[in-house]
Amino acid sequence: MGGVRSTVQTLTGKRWFRLPRQPMLRHLSFMAVAMVILYFLTQWLSAFNDYQVGQIAFYAIALVGLTLLTGINGQISLGHGGFMAVGAFTYALLVEHTTWGLIPDLLVAVVATAVAGLVIGIPATRLRGPYLAGMTLTVALGLPYITTQYETVFGGDQGLTTPPPTGPAWVNPTEWVTWIQLFGALIVLVLVANLLRSRFGRSFRAVRDDEIAASLAGIHVARTKVTAFMVSAGCAGLAGAFLALSAGVVNSGEFALSLSIYLLAGMVIGGTGSLMGVWWGAIIIVYLPTDWATSIANAFHANTQVSANLAVIIFGLVLVVTMLLAPGGIQGGFRWVGARVGAYFSSGGVSNMTLSLQESTDPPVSDGEPVMTIKKQGV
Amino acid sequence: MQFFLNLTLGGIASGMIVAAVALGLVLIFRSTNVVNFAQGAMAMITTYVAYGVLRDGADYWLGFVVALAAGLVFGAVTQIVVIRPVQNKSPLNAIIVTFGFLILLEGLAGAIYGGTNRVFPAPFSVVGQKLGGTQIAFSPFDVFTVVAVLVLMVGMLAVFRGTDLGLRMRAVAFAPETARLLGVRVRPLLTLGWALAVSAGALAALLVVPTAQLTPNFMDVILIYGFTAAVVGGLDSPVGALVGGLVTGLSLAYVGGYLGGSLEPMAALALVIVSLMIRPEGLFSRPAPRRV
Repeated sequence: MGGVRSTVQTLTGKRWFRLPRQPMLRHLSFMAVAMVILYFLTQWLSAFNDYQVGQIAFYAIALVGLTLLTGINGQISLGHGGFMAVGAFTYALLVEHTTWGLIPDLLVAVVATAVAGLVIGIPATRLRGPYLAGMTLTVALGLPYITTQYETVFGGDQGLTTPPPTGPAWVNPTEWVTWIQLFGALIVLVLVANLLRSRFGRSFRAVRDDEIAASLAGIHVARTKVTAFMVSAGCAGLAGAFLALSAGVVNSGEFALSLSIYLLAGMVIGGTGSLMGVWWGAIIIVYLPTDWATSIANAFHANTQVSANLAVIIFGLVLVVTMLLAPGGIQGGFRWVGARVGAYFSSGGVSNMTLSLQESTDPPVSDGEPVMTIKKQGV
Repeated sequence: MQFFLNLTLGGIASGMIVAAVALGLVLIFRSTNVVNFAQGAMAMITTYVAYGVLRDGADYWLGFVVALAAGLVFGAVTQIVVIRPVQNKSPLNAIIVTFGFLILLEGLAGAIYGGTNRVFPAPFSVVGQKLGGTQIAFSPFDVFTVVAVLVLMVGMLAVFRGTDLGLRMRAVAFAPETARLLGVRVRPLLTLGWALAVSAGALAALLVVPTAQLTPNFMDVILIYGFTAAVVGGLDSPVGALVGGLVTGLSLAYVGGYLGGSLEPMAALALVIVSLMIRPEGLFSRPAPRRV
């Protein structure tokens, strides 16, 4: 967020266009531009590619939730796939048993998942990182078993079918679903971007950086953590419902531990705490396990045993290596390059100070906007 | 009544296994403040190593020793290569690294050995014994399980309480900086702690695998139970690991017996939540003041 300039300057330095200063207006204008671009993208792509673009959209939603929780608020979840399952099954049950329509179904799925987030989030407020990580890992591993326990409700291994919503007659059905997913992703991005610019966002960061200092500053730490957890779970719930939308069927096999792993890896690779980084993460989650892993396996003439596990190996390796060598992820890399280029072109202490600001917090709890720590160096 | 008794006996046997996993987690957490989510996956790898030895026709006990030794080496190497660089960074980094290592190991095991279930032999019968005419669910292997874990616990206790090395390890866990100032070489001891912990996990895996089956993810759920036990007992208390393991094993056995086996993982979650609400620091550890 910090990298967004509110003005675009021409080479002569004269402002020819000014973005609104008010965050809501600024984010909405970004959204409008993105919608136009994405509309033409879906028109241009084939139906299968549309399906994958839709997948990117809902993984981006889940990653927004995860990055808000981990990157902005400093809590970790290894079980966001479990929250996606809650959203997906809620949506599927509503589709099967009610005729409320798409929007209410989606909203209820989001609310149900947020409540699930509340249940996990409340004990989490008393905990430090490893406890929460273990609890959420239990959620990811344990939830699929519930669907086998109550087979009559959740349809057992077969799962529940979720017929895709039908749009206007002139729209291709796959495209319609993709549009819904993209539109949802943009709305979530705008809402979360606004949230992060608000009092809540500042509280999230303050709690991440130093809980005691935050509470001294009048922030209710427990409430802030639970709020972040609920918002994050709600995002995952919407992502799960969207997954149901394009998959057409919901069963526990789709929400294995690997899904949670992909989400965590997507967040770390994209750049923890970066709202733009989620798109990198989402693209990798969609293409790596399918297209890229197959290509790599074919290139090395690997047998099926290896190629079936290649994606998991790569994700695991990337998680470890990224954390050891480049905790900022892809977006962190861009920021690093941007800062170096900026330092090269500008002169004096200002750029030095921004550099040390960005490096002062310890990744992954870094989104370039430290609230509490200000280290001034090299001035 | 007999059903309840059988559940209790089964709960004790599985509780001891869970306690061994929990002990491994506690040993690492105490000294390095890292919860090793790769504990189960590392134990899975050592079990595959033992499986390779046994498949070549070796005696069971050779495989047993090989698995434990492999755990020692694997733990030490992992600590040096993977954990040391994130040791003093944000705790989130360490969590993500161990979790990434977990899936990396599972992926590698899947690529090398495939997903097929393999049968791993047991040194004793795994069938329940007849006692006074009634069949009870406690096999000779369960007896072996209880004895093995007790030996592990007593051995660890003896090392920690009775030897110079144990004293130094406790000093490192208690106050690393002070220990360093007093001339204790901290880094090798941290490595040794990891080696012992992973070896404890390897023992747990050897005790689980005859009644489960050897697959790349057979330790996933056991790890969760071990974590539950460690939280119930207190993440930095070895005695708590034993008690927590028994509490967890028994609770899950009753839930599985009376409500349905598929609910066991969620019961573990409920147990964690309840125990954190009632006693966040666990049964056997003192609440630590958090430094500002």
